[in-house]
Amino acid sequence: MSASIEMQVLKGSGDDLHPIYLDYSATTPVDPRVAAKMIPYITEHFGNPASRSHPYGWTAEKAVENAREEVAKLVGADPREIVWTSGATESNNLAIKGAANFYSAKGKHIITVTTEHKAVIDTVRELERQGFEATYLDPEPSGLLDLEKFKAAIRPDTVLASVMFVNNEIGVIQDITAIGNICRENGVIFHVDAAQATGKVHIDLEKLPVDLMSFSAHKTYGPKGVGALYVRRKPRIRIEAQMHGGGHERGMRSGTLATHQIVGMGEAFRIAREEMDEENVRIRRLRDKLLHGLQDIEEVYVNGDLEQRVPHNLNISFNYVEGESLIMAVKGIAVSSGSACTSASLEPSYVLRALGRSDELAHSSIRFSIGRFTTDADVDYTISLMKGKIDKLRELSPLWEMFKDGVDLSKVEWAAH
Amino acid sequence: MSSIYLDHNATTALDQRVLESMLPWMQRQSGNPTSRHVFGRSSRDAIEHARTQVAEACGAYASQVIFTASGTEANNFAVKGIAGSQAGSQILHSAIEHPCVSRPAKAMQQTGWLSNAIGVDEHGVLSVAQLQQHLQTQTSVVSVMLANNETGVIQNIAEIAELTRKAGAFMHTDAVQGLGKMPVSFTDLNVHAMTVSSHKIHGPQGAAALILDKRVDIQPLLHGGGQERGLRSGTENVAAIVGFGAACELAVANLAHFASHTQMLRDTFELGLKSLNVTIFSQHTTRIPNTSFFALDGIEGETLVTALDRKGFAVASGSACSSDSTEPSHVLLAMGIKPDLARGAVRVSFGAHNTLLQVADFLTALKNEILRLKQLTGVAA
Repeated sequence: MSASIEMQVLKGSGDDLHPIYLDYSATTPVDPRVAAKMIPYITEHFGNPASRSHPYGWTAEKAVENAREEVAKLVGADPREIVWTSGATESNNLAIKGAANFYSAKGKHIITVTTEHKAVIDTVRELERQGFEATYLDPEPSGLLDLEKFKAAIRPDTVLASVMFVNNEIGVIQDITAIGNICRENGVIFHVDAAQATGKVHIDLEKLPVDLMSFSAHKTYGPKGVGALYVRRKPRIRIEAQMHGGGHERGMRSGTLATHQIVGMGEAFRIAREEMDEENVRIRRLRDKLLHGLQDIEEVYVNGDLEQRVPHNLNISFNYVEGESLIMAVKGIAVSSGSACTSASLEPSYVLRALGRSDELAHSSIRFSIGRFTTDADVDYTISLMKGKIDKLRELSPLWEMFKDGVDLSKVEWAAH
Repeated sequence: MSSIYLDHNATTALDQRVLESMLPWMQRQSGNPTSRHVFGRSSRDAIEHARTQVAEACGAYASQVIFTASGTEANNFAVKGIAGSQAGSQILHSAIEHPCVSRPAKAMQQTGWLSNAIGVDEHGVLSVAQLQQHLQTQTSVVSVMLANNETGVIQNIAEIAELTRKAGAFMHTDAVQGLGKMPVSFTDLNVHAMTVSSHKIHGPQGAAALILDKRVDIQPLLHGGGQERGLRSGTENVAAIVGFGAACELAVANLAHFASHTQMLRDTFELGLKSLNVTIFSQHTTRIPNTSFFALDGIEGETLVTALDRKGFAVASGSACSSDSTEPSHVLLAMGIKPDLARGAVRVSFGAHNTLLQVADFLTALKNEILRLKQLTGVAA
């Protein structure tokens, strides 16, 4: 495979300037095969797909429709059910606002989960400002949703539920079939954010009781800046457009389509369809190796259910280590952490807090996410780096010393400053 | 036969230098700009560099640039976002706006806003008298495009902005067709918000920006991770933004040449049209230099465009976005052009790489096709 040559830059040596990339859930590299397919569409075939009068436009339109078919195939949908967007954030906004507004005569209550991506939570909050009511369900400590609690949250005026397929921080997989069936029984429209699911779990929308589903390209080795929304045709789901203009995408989403990016998403989803089964076996083996290596360390906690989980994700809290020092100490690997200051917000991971983790454990968590180009050597290096750094940090930690001396820290009464 | 591209107002070919600036961000690992590790930080740095390039090309500050995925998104954001923060007010726009300004304004009507279109004269120039009259009603936002995509007519935005400001409203201009074809300065235009787009200036599709005065209250169109100072959530399209920045820098550097060269091509072309008994729209007012919009009575624009395409010339019968419909151009109707003549409209928009020889070849092909089509219709009659 030509991939290995182009991807040499990913083979970080593990020093602070060339870290090993273990942040595939944040974004993935563009697969070289995807990039190769995209480039002709920004050079020679540069037409506007909406231009009907000349072959520049036709070539672009054909490429867009081929890509639509590839996206549809990966998820068991009809190509006519796929609407292009600029990314999963836009898909989530369009699905939630679009369906809530269209069906608001039926009711104004929305159900979602506290561990959803911000693009869902903040969109629902915006609808609350516009007069909708929302229920935010807490998941179980495993990260999974209790179906009975979900059922109990449904009201006669519930119009929409939004539950993500795979969580971005802890990788747990929700029981979408069961939740969808409950929605169907109660006449609730069901939206699923599947940005983290494509290429990791099998999705068959012909069977899944899901009405709207959001996808992203750049989490599945495609380019940034493109995504899609699945909108069911049978039974037909309607959404109100959020962006108005030339009437592209059958009026559901206006704006000139970025042909090369759409082509990239199509190719990325084709590769995912053809290679995911084999790839996931390899990735699971690497993840399990990483897990076994890190479990040798005392006082580590895996966040989220280990069974109902994609093989790509490992989220671990290292007790008695201060979050910010931890992230500074492991610069040889590129990972995400639940610590403050790693993201735009200044709070510890709200996902881990929703699982009932303490602030301390949430702060000292690291999300390792493994992908297509991760090697055994990367995992070996990561295990030895983590072991060494955790030892060092704990040597400096008075809390660790107290813990080792048998002090029950939960019972210590700290003097106020 | 390779075709000659004369549809630069629809979209443009990517400049080789822009492509080179983008390739590293398409082929190599690029981090999520929100991530704090070195992959994320280098993506962030690349975006901030592009922000400076866009700002400089637009006579704005980098802190005023909000990246979006398209001009359509930026226009929707401006109209819905600014009006949305002032409930129950009026939205004004010109009658010749792109649908991505007029349609969001219309959509706002359903939720309690007023929306009104300001007319233009027979040359396509905005009626200041109508504007002043409409401004007597409480108005939140006035949106008038800098240069029209079909006729190329340039509006006196600074003057319109002055009147808008006096009425206590915010001024937005869609400058998508202006950037790269005429000097564009956010500061000099005196507007509160301005839309610019990458793929019209030899940059990639997938990046655009709303330049926004920070004192303006605006509601986001997309909610989520809080990127772009909370005003536009969604992981940034790093490669496209980098390309947009590079394209802006080149557009400014090439502006003088572009303007004189395409004006020379257009003048030659329009001189050649004289013998064909066509109507050239907006010929006697200020236009961007590359655009010519004309019509023949009795020949459908769509038919002519298809015929020309077979001869290897790519032109447009209206704006690409509305090419789907057979409705006559709303821009021409607003100018008071009769629907029959408007249906015959053809737009030619030149680029810096077009040549005089191509203009001559195109004129010959145009004359032949017109003759042929007239004979056909003559036979039919």
